[in-house]
Amino acid sequence: MEGGYTGRYLAVDLAEQTWAVEETPEDLCNEFLGGRGFGVAMLRGHITKDPFSPDMPLIIATGPLVGTPSPTSGRFSVISRSPLTGTVFDCSVGGRFGTRLKKVGFDFVVFTGTSPDWVRVDITREGVVFNPAHELAGLSTGEVMKHLDKDLSYGLIGPAGERFVSFASIVFDGHYLAGRGGLGAVMGAKHLKLITVRGDGAVRVYSEEKLKKARENVMRLLRATPAIFGEFGLSNFGTAALVDLIHARRMEPTMNFRQSFFPDSGKYSGYRMKTVYDTKKTGCAGCPILCKKQGSGGEVIPEFETASHFGALNENNDLSSIVEANHLCNDYGLDTISTASTIACYSEIQGRSFSPEELLSHIKLIGEREGIGDALAEGSLRYAGSQGVPELSMTVKGLELPAYDPRGAYGMALAYATSNRGACHLRAYPISYEILRKPVAVNRFSFEGKARMVKISEDMNAVIDSLTACKFVFFGASLEEYAEVLNAVTGTSHDVQSLLAIGERIWDIEREMNRMNGFTWKDDNLPERFFREAGYEDEKVVIPPIDRDAFLDALRRYYRIRGYEESTE
Amino acid sequence: MKNLLNKYLRKLSLQGLARPEDIAFLGIDDQVFIAGGLLDKKPLLREPLLEVTERMNINSLLLAIPTEPMRSIIDELLHWGRTGNGLLLPRDTETRTFLHDIPVVTGLKPDDIVEALSHRKSVIVESMGGIVTYGTISPEQAFVFMSSTCFSLFVKYFHDHLKYLKETKGRDEYAEARMRRFRMIGRMVNPPDRRGIDYSPLESEDVHKAIVAAGKLLVEKGLVDSYFGNISAFRDGIIYISETASSLEELEDAIDEVPMDGSSSVGITASSELPAHRAVYGKGRHRFILHGHPRFTVIGSMLCERDCDDPDLCYRGCPEEREICGVPIVSGEVGAGPYGIVNTVPRALESTDAVIVYGHGIFTAGEDSFRMPFMKMMEIERYAMEEYFRQVDAFHQKR
Repeated sequence: MEGGYTGRYLAVDLAEQTWAVEETPEDLCNEFLGGRGFGVAMLRGHITKDPFSPDMPLIIATGPLVGTPSPTSGRFSVISRSPLTGTVFDCSVGGRFGTRLKKVGFDFVVFTGTSPDWVRVDITREGVVFNPAHELAGLSTGEVMKHLDKDLSYGLIGPAGERFVSFASIVFDGHYLAGRGGLGAVMGAKHLKLITVRGDGAVRVYSEEKLKKARENVMRLLRATPAIFGEFGLSNFGTAALVDLIHARRMEPTMNFRQSFFPDSGKYSGYRMKTVYDTKKTGCAGCPILCKKQGSGGEVIPEFETASHFGALNENNDLSSIVEANHLCNDYGLDTISTASTIACYSEIQGRSFSPEELLSHIKLIGEREGIGDALAEGSLRYAGSQGVPELSMTVKGLELPAYDPRGAYGMALAYATSNRGACHLRAYPISYEILRKPVAVNRFSFEGKARMVKISEDMNAVIDSLTACKFVFFGASLEEYAEVLNAVTGTSHDVQSLLAIGERIWDIEREMNRMNGFTWKDDNLPERFFREAGYEDEKVVIPPIDRDAFLDALRRYYRIRGYEESTE
Repeated sequence: MKNLLNKYLRKLSLQGLARPEDIAFLGIDDQVFIAGGLLDKKPLLREPLLEVTERMNINSLLLAIPTEPMRSIIDELLHWGRTGNGLLLPRDTETRTFLHDIPVVTGLKPDDIVEALSHRKSVIVESMGGIVTYGTISPEQAFVFMSSTCFSLFVKYFHDHLKYLKETKGRDEYAEARMRRFRMIGRMVNPPDRRGIDYSPLESEDVHKAIVAAGKLLVEKGLVDSYFGNISAFRDGIIYISETASSLEELEDAIDEVPMDGSSSVGITASSELPAHRAVYGKGRHRFILHGHPRFTVIGSMLCERDCDDPDLCYRGCPEEREICGVPIVSGEVGAGPYGIVNTVPRALESTDAVIVYGHGIFTAGEDSFRMPFMKMMEIERYAMEEYFRQVDAFHQKR
């Protein structure tokens, strides 16, 4: 490669506290691009191991655009096997860590082994330094961050990761999370409390001139995209801009998905958060959008999913408690979606809703694994199963659903089911076309054509996660423009179809990995509630239950399109 | 999938882009569906098209041989309109923002089609004067790319012809043939028809009904291709505006209600020109806005005598004060960025009821209903077309 990649990666053995610099194979770059693709490729041969086994790799991987002037090039991926779902699992993360890792000279890092005691790993241009971290054990992420140099980038776990909470996250650079799937617990199992990186080298670009032109083509499209740079778009309000829209579409998960409409969501809308907290823009390295929002008092403003799940899903209209819940999850190192959803499930089982104070107290109990928190720390599926009511867990493959009710968007329903990491809105992101009307609008209440839409979108998002670009950019731009960005950076000659072929390869390998771990078509399903109960109904809008036969028909089509020999009998 | 294919087959026909018998529209789900009659007429095209669908990760593939005058326009552009590397490079906003350029292949060879469509949204097949486009999410994308390509080629042809006449005075060796073909093509182009228009729906007290009616009329009169343009009205602190990526003749369920005070972000799905509309309403003079892409208005906006250092930047920063029919022409790109039309259009509408955006389209605004903005747009387009042909005729006669 003539640019984009450093050509080196780090293999770190935490048990022996040794490290080696290896050459990034060119085939790996050609066949898997980077990020999620690198992780999936490197996990082959390990995927049937227990997520907490010392031999289970934990991989942090950048993409070829990271560290270059490409738009939204500041992301990276964290990949391993999830202790929550048992599936292969990757998280796309923002912040500066990926850029620093690239600039210190590495495309990716593979951690294996378990350190005898809590350890801090510092990555420098010269290699790796292991430092004891027993004094950091038990500290919240906020407390640890107070002791770190401001010019460092870092990833760390909080008490939840140390205590193997099944949905523990890894917190990077203050408030960028490898949130879902419990990869923080995988890190905890390795006794790895903190990773730092300090890099300021340059990443080579094949053609600065071509990159400038390709970048301008992307930027022009972004400026023309209301969901991004429009006055109500992500750049202005953050992802919380979606609160009002999802409310208007009557598809906001409410009371553990018993309803899809919460009258009070305006109390935590993007506008409300912006005015109450006087927010300013912040975001990932190299990003023109800056969708992260921070209050004037330093408050980290919750993302849409967090706000909606600590709001409507738990019948809570108290904004300050939602912001505090987000803060607590970050401090303990917890995935906000799974935390909120597990508490909502517990609430339904208990037969009562919780006050804001109780909500916050349950987060602490989960983070500490104390009292009921110990059982809830296993996730809603295991908890509800232990209570004899697994149907009250709103999960697919054990992963809690995010804040788009599938009854309000049938492509989303299918994509939740087929997702290789469980109920994830970002594997195919049909919300883009079913709700945000990008690149075109489609009928959200129909399965017509959705099987192929979802398949292509899954492939495309596997590419995006491997580049490692931001999905929001693709509300405006397409792989057509990004192929030119990639070629300008690396000197390759990719086009839309060659990239989609890579995406398909990654997807199929993930599927095969899940199959090796016992997943079948029966796991490509939605909770029963969505087939039986309506979400909402008034004189203008009806959110009916999903027609199971139509869903299964779409699923069969999806298998045929993918070439999977699955029977749904 | 069949329903979707048939819907866009009808739209291609209704909007005069191609006749059903000249269209092959392939929809790919777990099997391939075909709409249109082209493959019945030319069965040999079936195999190459099916091969393309097998080799591309797409959900629809559209081959259409456009109706006249597009068919002749494509012929002409293939003769003299290509860049050094064989592409067609229109300079209108549609191309600049979305299409980038339009590649050409000699015949319907799968290798060439796949190669071209792996880089661009549409490709011209020289041997049949056809256009191939595709969709990855919906057949609607293939329809939109087809419509967009035809619009851009139309603008390029007429713009480049007059520019050519101005540069050569119609005296080079190709002039005779080019002028002859131009006269033939020109005869096939008509101004928007003013006859038989029922304006009353545009004046409906029901804002939704008025917007829906305005959208249908704009499309019917050819003042905008269905997918482009936008419409809004302002009443009681609410902006009623067409949603982004909506078809203007199908706005029944595609109108956002956006509070003027910004207190709800539900307008995230509104037209990308919402900031411009909102700024216009903020000035207090207008309550109804139409935005269309009438072709000769767009062509006229790009015809400039000034010899600029970088004509590629005219679209976003032209310093000239120009006008068509007394209507000012401003620069600006789509959206709300630093070069966005939000910075130019509202300012211009402070003192007038219409403003043309370079290479892009026109905004017309009114106080009481959509009637005057609509009539104004019709009038400007008619004038722009007449003025265009007057200038061309002057060269033809001189020669």
